[in-house]
Amino acid sequence: MNDQTPPTREERTAALKGLGCARKRVEDARFTQGKGNYVDDVKLPAMLFGDFVRSPYGHARVKSIDASAALALPGVIAVLTAKDLEPLGLHWMPTLAGDKQMVLADGKVLFQGQEVAFVVAEDRYVAADAVELVEVEYEDLPVVTDPFKALEPNAPVLREDLQGQTEGAHGLRRHHNHIFLWEQGDKDGAEAAISEADVVAEERVYYHRTHPCPLETCGCVASMDKVNGKLTLWGTFQAPHVVRTVASLLSGIAEHNIRVISPDIGGGFGNKVGVYPGYVCSIVASIVTGRPVKWVEDRMDNLMTTAFARDYWMDGRIAATKDGKITGLSVHVTADHGAFDACADPTKFPAGFFHICTGSYDIPVAYVGVDGVYTNKAPGGVAYRCSFRVTEAAYLIERMIEILAQKLGMDAAELRAKNFIRKEQFPYHSALGWEYDSGDYHTAWDKALKAVDYDGLRAEQAERVVAFRRGETRKLLGIGLCHFTEIVGAGPVKNCDILGMGMFDSCEIRIHPTGSAIARLGTISQGQGHATTFAQILASETGIPADNITIEEGDTDTAPYGLGTYGSRSTPVAGAAAAMAARKIRAKAQMIAAYLLEVHEGDLEWDVDRFAVKGAPERFKTMTEIAYAAYHDAIPNIEPGLEAVSYYDPPNMTYPFGAYICVMEIDADTGEHEIRQFYALDDCGTRINPMVIEGQVHGGLTEAYAISMGQEIAYDEMGNVKTGTLMDFFLPTSWETPHYTTDFTETPSPHHPIGAKGVGESPNVGGVPAFSNAVHDAFRAFGLTQSHMPHDQWRIWKTAQDLGLHG
Amino acid sequence: MADKIHLKMTVNGQPVETLAEPRELLIHVLRERLDITGPHIGCETTHCGACTVDLDGKSVKSCTVFAAQADGAEITTVEGIGSPDKLHVLQEMFREHHGLQCGFCTPGMITRAWRLLQENPTPSEEEIRFGMAGNLCRCTGYQNIVKAIMAAATEMNAAKEAAE
Ligand code: FES
Ligand code: FES
Repeated sequence: MNDQTPPTREERTAALKGLGCARKRVEDARFTQGKGNYVDDVKLPAMLFGDFVRSPYGHARVKSIDASAALALPGVIAVLTAKDLEPLGLHWMPTLAGDKQMVLADGKVLFQGQEVAFVVAEDRYVAADAVELVEVEYEDLPVVTDPFKALEPNAPVLREDLQGQTEGAHGLRRHHNHIFLWEQGDKDGAEAAISEADVVAEERVYYHRTHPCPLETCGCVASMDKVNGKLTLWGTFQAPHVVRTVASLLSGIAEHNIRVISPDIGGGFGNKVGVYPGYVCSIVASIVTGRPVKWVEDRMDNLMTTAFARDYWMDGRIAATKDGKITGLSVHVTADHGAFDACADPTKFPAGFFHICTGSYDIPVAYVGVDGVYTNKAPGGVAYRCSFRVTEAAYLIERMIEILAQKLGMDAAELRAKNFIRKEQFPYHSALGWEYDSGDYHTAWDKALKAVDYDGLRAEQAERVVAFRRGETRKLLGIGLCHFTEIVGAGPVKNCDILGMGMFDSCEIRIHPTGSAIARLGTISQGQGHATTFAQILASETGIPADNITIEEGDTDTAPYGLGTYGSRSTPVAGAAAAMAARKIRAKAQMIAAYLLEVHEGDLEWDVDRFAVKGAPERFKTMTEIAYAAYHDAIPNIEPGLEAVSYYDPPNMTYPFGAYICVMEIDADTGEHEIRQFYALDDCGTRINPMVIEGQVHGGLTEAYAISMGQEIAYDEMGNVKTGTLMDFFLPTSWETPHYTTDFTETPSPHHPIGAKGVGESPNVGGVPAFSNAVHDAFRAFGLTQSHMPHDQWRIWKTAQDLGLHG
Repeated sequence: MADKIHLKMTVNGQPVETLAEPRELLIHVLRERLDITGPHIGCETTHCGACTVDLDGKSVKSCTVFAAQADGAEITTVEGIGSPDKLHVLQEMFREHHGLQCGFCTPGMITRAWRLLQENPTPSEEEIRFGMAGNLCRCTGYQNIVKAIMAAATEMNAAKEAAE
C-alpha cells in the first residue's frame, strides 16, 4: 500500500478508539506500578493523625469521659468530645435521609463502635495508644437488634432526642422506634387481586445486613490553611461536590473557600457515599490545631460503623391464575435502618427505588409498604453496588416467582416467559409508577436458556433427584434462574435530589489548539475506568482520538458540579452530559468548518473525525484543523476558542436488564457447594467498552456470590458485631470464586443521547437471586420454599438436616 | 514509648536506613518512613494481601511483620518489579487482560504473582487460583487476574526459550 492512500472511513473510526472499542485502560499504567495516589498516600508537612474512641456497647448512657491520661501522653495534641463540638453546632449532623446523627456521642451511644471521642496525635501509633487511655464511664441500657422487637409497645426508647415527635421527614411515626411508613401503588386493588386469585404464594424473604467493604477503607485528610482561610479536604468521596456543599453548610466556611478532592479511590460500592463523623472531626481538628489531620478507618471501623447495606425483611404475596398469569403483588417491608436513618437515597425516596419490585413482569396491580425502624445497629443503608434498594427488590420478586412456580407446579423459566413485559409494551408503565424505557426480555431469556441447554439441565436434575433418593449420590443439583430489571441513572431533577441538589451531572470540554482535549466531569471513578470510557464517548462524538483526551474528575475547584458516582449513574447521566457537551463543540466546529471551506453550514456533513462538503467528500476540515482555526483565525461572528459545558438532567431513568443462570452442586452432608457454571447475559444498551463491561460484570457477580453465599454483618442480642473482621466477614478469594461466562443483547435506551444504560450494578442485582435460587432449587424436590441468605455451609447443611435428608 | 532502633535493609535494590520503634510494622515503615506507597493497607490483619511485599525471596504480608524483623533483609515492592520505561510482563498483562479496576489490590497482586511465577513458572489455572488466594480483590472477580498471570507466564517462558 502506498503511504499516500488516505485512511478509509473504517480506519479513521478505529483510530478514534471510540464507542464499542475494547480500549485498554489509561489508569492502569500508574496502578500497576504502585503509583496510584490514594487518600492514605497523601502526606502533608506537620500532618497529624486522628483516631476514634468507640463504644463497646450497643446501647448505653455515657456518664463521663476523662481524657486527661490521654492528653498527658507525649505526642497527643487534642481529644475532641461532643462537648467540644457543641459550641460549633457540630456534635450532631444531618443525614442524607432527613434524620440527624451524632458526630460524637452526646449523652448516650446507640450502636457498638459508635464514635465517642476523637484523638488527634503526631502519628497513628500514638493515636492508638491515646485511644486506650481515654476513660469512658458507661451505664448499659437494654439493647434491641431485632426490628420487630423494636416496634413492640414496651421496647426501649432508642432515640430520646426524638421523643414526642410523631412526625418525621417522611410522615407519621407511629411508635418511638418507628421512622416512617412509605407506601406506593394500590393497596385495595392488590388486596382484591389476592383475594380473588386462583393461587397465592406468600413468603417472608429476608435480605440480610451486609457491607460493601471496598478494599480501601474510608478516610480523609483535612487541611485548614488559616492564612488564606481555605479548607482543602482530600477524601474517599463518591460525591465530592455534595461533600463540599455539606461541609460548607455544616461548618459555615463559604463554599468557595472549600476545595474537596477525591483522589484515586480503592473501590466504593456505595460505602463512600455518606458523610461520616471522621470527616467532620478531621475538619474540626484541623481548624483547632492549625495542622493537617488525616483520618483513615481500620477494617473493623469500616465494617462496624460506616455504611451497611440491605437488612430488609420482605413479606411478599403474589397472586396468579391457575395457568400462571400473575394478577397482583403486595409487599410489606420491615426495614432495619439502625440507630440513625442515614440511608443514602434520593430525598423523596426513603426506600429508594424498591418499588421496581414488579421486576420484569407485567403485573396489573401492586402495592408496596415499607416501615423504617430504629435499632441498636450501625446507621447506613447504602446501595451496595446497586441503585437504591433495587437489589432487594430484584431478590424479592425473583424469589416470589420461584415460590409461585413451585406452588403452581410449573417450570420457573416458563412462568417467567409467560409474564414478561413484551417488547411491544415499551415504554411500559408499571403498576408502581415507573416508566420502563425499553427492553426485549424474551429474546434475552431464550438466548440464555439455549446457551446453558436448560432442558438438558432439568433432565439431569430430575435424574439426580432419583439417584439421590436411591442413595447413589449425596450431591444435589440446583439451577438458579434470574431475569432482573434494573433502574439506574438517577435521576430526573424534578423528582430526584440529594440534600436538595438535583441529580443532574455535568461535563466540561476544552479542545486545545493542536486538537487534543481535556474534559472534566462531576462524577468520580472508583475503579470503573472513567478516564478510559468517557474519553471513548467523546472520541466518537468529537472525532478526536480517545488517546488524545484527558479526563479529570474529583477536584471541586476544577470540575463542574455533579452528584457523583453511585447507583450506576455515571454513564446514564454524566455520560450523557459528555455526549451533549461534545455536540455543542461539534456545532461550533461546523460553523468554523463552513467558514474555512467557504460553504454554508447546511452544506456540511459530519464524517467520523471531520466535516465534509456534502457530495464532495474530498473537501473537508478535520477536527484538528478546526481546533487550530478556532484559536488562530479571526472568524467573523464567532468567538475564539473551542469549549463547551453541559449539565444534563435526564428525562427518565434507564432500565438495564439481564438473564442469569447459575448451576450449582450441593453436598447434602457437608453443606458445601460448587458453582459448576454461571452464565450472565446483560443488556446495558449501547456498549461503550466491552472489556470494561465484562470486568464490571465479573466483579459484581463476585460480590453477589459473596453476599448470597456467606457475607453478612451479624449482631448478637447484646448488640455485638459478630463479623467485624475479614476473618468472619466473607470476601471470596480467587480459590472459591466461580468462573463466569458473559453474554449480551443490546437494546439502546431511547432517551439517552448514545443509548447507554449503565452496567456496574446489574451483576449484583441479578447475581444474588441467581445464586440464592440455585440453592433453593437444589432442595425444591424435597419441599423447600424459603431459607434465608447467606447460604453458608452451615445454613445449607441445616436446610438439608431440617428436610430430613441426613437419614 | 520504647527507644527507636536503627534498621538497615535493601529495598528495591537500594540500601536504606531508618529509625523505627520496635513495635512498628513493616508496612508502616515502608509507607510512612520510606515513602514507598505502592503496598497498601486493606486490613492490617493478614487477610487481604494489599500489603504484600517480597522479603528475602518470599511473599509476605508486611502488615504482619515487624520492621525490626526485616532488619538486614532484601525487600522488593511493586515499585521494584518494573520501571516506567520497561514494565514487567506482569504489569503489561494485567493491563492487557483488564486484571485491575480500582487498582488498590494491584501492587500486592503483582508482587505476589511475581514470586509465584518464580516458584512455579508454568502454573495451571488451578495453581494460580490457589497460589493467589492470599490476595483479595473486591473489583475484578479474579478471572482476568488469573488470565493475566497465565499470559505473563506464557510470555516469560517464550522469552526464556528464545534466549536459550
Ligand atoms: S493489610 Fe496486610 S493483609 Fe491486609
Ligand atoms: S482492583 Fe479494586 S480491589 Fe482489586
